[in-house]
Amino acid sequence: MQTPKTKMTLNEMKPKDRCRVRKITARGPLGQRLMDMGFFPDVEIYVVRNAPLVDPVELRLGEYHVSVRHDEAGFVEVERE
Amino acid sequence: MTPMSRIQAALAGQPNSGKSTVFNMLTGARQYVANYPGVTVEKKSGFFSCDTSRVKLIDLPGTYSLTSYSLEERVARDFLLHERPKVVVNVVDASNLKRNLYLTFQLLEMEIPVVLCLNMMDVAERRGLSIDAPKLAERLKAWVVPAVAKRNKGKDELRDAVVSASQAGGTFKPFNMDYGPLEPFLSEIEEKLSQKPGLAYPARWLAVKLMEDDHEARKLIQKDVPNPGELLDLAVQKRKKFTAEHHEVPERHTAYTRHLTACRIHEACVKAEKKSLSTLSDKIDRVACHRYLGPLILIGVIYALYELSIVQGYNLTNYTWPLLAGLRNLAAGLLPDPGFTHDPLIRSLILWFTDSVNALLNYIPIFFILFSLIAVLEDSGYMPRMAFLLDRVFRRFGLHGQSTLPLILGGVYVGGCAIPGVMACKAIPDERARLATILIVPLMNCLAKVPLYILLVSIYFPEHKGLAMFFMATVTLFMALPVAKLLTLTVLKKKESAPFILEMPPYHFPTVQAVLRRAVERVWLFLKKIVTIVAAVAIVIFVLLQFPGLSQERKAHYEALADKAKSEFHGKIQGNPYAEHVQGRNLMALILFQEKYKQERRGVKDKEKARAIDARFQEKNPAFFSIIKPKKDKDAKKVNKAFKKVVKARKKIRREIQGEKINASFLGSLGAALEPVTKWAGFNWRVNVALLSAFAAKESTVATLGTLYQQEESGSGETLESRMKEQETGFTALNALTLMLFMALYPPCIATTIMVKLQSGEIKWMLFSMVYPMVLGITFSSLVFTGGRALGLTGLQAMLAFYGLCVAATVGLALYNPRRKFSYNHAFSKKEENL
Repeated sequence: MQTPKTKMTLNEMKPKDRCRVRKITARGPLGQRLMDMGFFPDVEIYVVRNAPLVDPVELRLGEYHVSVRHDEAGFVEVERE
Repeated sequence: MTPMSRIQAALAGQPNSGKSTVFNMLTGARQYVANYPGVTVEKKSGFFSCDTSRVKLIDLPGTYSLTSYSLEERVARDFLLHERPKVVVNVVDASNLKRNLYLTFQLLEMEIPVVLCLNMMDVAERRGLSIDAPKLAERLKAWVVPAVAKRNKGKDELRDAVVSASQAGGTFKPFNMDYGPLEPFLSEIEEKLSQKPGLAYPARWLAVKLMEDDHEARKLIQKDVPNPGELLDLAVQKRKKFTAEHHEVPERHTAYTRHLTACRIHEACVKAEKKSLSTLSDKIDRVACHRYLGPLILIGVIYALYELSIVQGYNLTNYTWPLLAGLRNLAAGLLPDPGFTHDPLIRSLILWFTDSVNALLNYIPIFFILFSLIAVLEDSGYMPRMAFLLDRVFRRFGLHGQSTLPLILGGVYVGGCAIPGVMACKAIPDERARLATILIVPLMNCLAKVPLYILLVSIYFPEHKGLAMFFMATVTLFMALPVAKLLTLTVLKKKESAPFILEMPPYHFPTVQAVLRRAVERVWLFLKKIVTIVAAVAIVIFVLLQFPGLSQERKAHYEALADKAKSEFHGKIQGNPYAEHVQGRNLMALILFQEKYKQERRGVKDKEKARAIDARFQEKNPAFFSIIKPKKDKDAKKVNKAFKKVVKARKKIRREIQGEKINASFLGSLGAALEPVTKWAGFNWRVNVALLSAFAAKESTVATLGTLYQQEESGSGETLESRMKEQETGFTALNALTLMLFMALYPPCIATTIMVKLQSGEIKWMLFSMVYPMVLGITFSSLVFTGGRALGLTGLQAMLAFYGLCVAATVGLALYNPRRKFSYNHAFSKKEENL
């Protein structure tokens, strides 16, 4: 059964989840920084792992890896794949 | 021969694209390091020649983008805008082209010919990617050169491309990004801009930036364009219109367009033969970032770093120190000879100077190993993993995952050095966390603080040595973390804080060449910047310690003592056949003869060599030699005995003079003047003087105490420990504890404060880094001393109580977390209101 596509944010994803970016909700420096690192609508994200103390989280965007704090990940709206 | 043409070129690229490897490949050894004007960002320049051109290549900071949000991006952009280099060499990671092109477009928009260096082609090939370089060149209107900089592949092609791009001149057509619905808005602004005379910047670029509401671009307009208000208003108006029509702010539209264009070009020019499998880096990370193994490996890496640099490096100084000591002796030999009681001023000054500089030069082996290891960590890609593992902990205190390394280097446990620690803060992208880290690194236990701990612990905590040392080693972190938190909540509150978005690049094997180059570069920077200033400061401290000097009366007193010792000596050896050799000034000559002999024999274990030295001295002055080495000659033995006595007397007089001079000196008077304040912390004037003299270098604290607690006449050879215990009767374990605490919180040494200035970029922070630890130190020490005495605590009890308080403060402040999302939300809502 496929999970229904609901509005979720990236920080709700668990390790080994796959999702697709829908929208970046942050503006200003954070929004810009997310875009500069390749967070755009339709980009596929694979959640690699959490750090030992859960935060930050390591993600794979296509060919490269980026780690972000959960706080920041909360500004990325995604849909689960 | 045609004259050489000079070309200025810039090197740009995203972090982890191998930019510095390309820089090294192109310029070889001909490079030098400076700072960009007014900021702490390092600026590297290098040269190379190609055909009849001489190219000056400037390495721009590695950035993902060219907005005006981060310092690095502003620096890179300003350079391109104001210096207008003839060519930009854009290094891209060929295996990660899509994201790298995002920056390439922004470079192309600056309307400077771009040479795209497709670096790491080997990695791309291994991943089954084939890149159509000619097609890419055509699409981008740029020169494209595939390369593997690590193996020097593509060097000549790249150099040629730089020269031909620089000669493109009128045939050069800039790449035009199609921003779709934004285009009419851009044309309108562009047209307005073209009506303004003498605009030095590309009009289209400015139009894009104005639509993006880029603050720096607005400033440029305000500065360079007459009557800017009208233009800026137009831009604001257009922004609003676009946002209303397209439900999207322009800066987001432009970024997204760049991303989509990159996707399209990537699709057209890159063929992927196979789906990429899990790479070696993924496999390593499965262990290195593992929940339980990760922290263990981190501890292992930190331990290895300590062991190799601080411990082994320190051992290495055993071999290098004799070289420095030799240098000092050489200087001592060239200077005018010492007198019986007083030395010529020039002699003391130059020897003090060499001692001060030597104390720092002695660290070079440690630094060399340390800087090499840091370069290995940087090049291998482990640094971001460190930050990943520890960010959660440090963030609680306003620090950053990347604060790990600076704190380790500073000496989280025992025995680091604040200089490389502060230096390593450069990597922290978050301005607030970076300043906080810079300010607390000096609170760690550097090597120079340790001798005082050892001295005091062994006198006053003889039964609990281990515990007391452990206390000192760890309490510093529990003081530093709350301090960091308090600083970020107060003085650093307004500083820029950056989001934590950190790339985790694939692991690389660092090359020996790159590592050594970096290590040498940093050691050289240390030598140039630090040693020169320390040398200057050393002279100031010398003056403060030596002047105003002794009164005539006291001088005469010591002269009389010296004369007495001398005449006693002559009286004892009257009638001795050797007496004629040591009459008058010859006594001093004999003293120098013996000193020189001792100096040469020091450390010589080889019998042959020792005999050779003996023979040389015997030849130089047979009579003197017999006196200092009497063997079986009875007369000589007698003189030797008397001579030993006069030497001892001389030493004592000199030590007393030194002690008295320091008391009478400016620094000594200051120590006495401070007593009313410091008595609450249990410090008397002697301790004050020792602490004041530690400003130049903390190593000198123990040495100064050594001069102040003079040896008794009979008990020569007593250790400083026993002397201090004997002479400082009022001193208890509680005093010792507060003294150690004060030392732990002691202001950074001169060398470190200079590094603080370099890394923070402001004198303000340098002064702050000197003042706040002092205030903190005197407060804590007074609290512990006065409080401990009032409660009747022993040193040990006070120590444990204080430890408990620090740990409690650390935990308490870790839990106190005022809404930290505030800044982002704020930025968010403010923008929304505007639109």
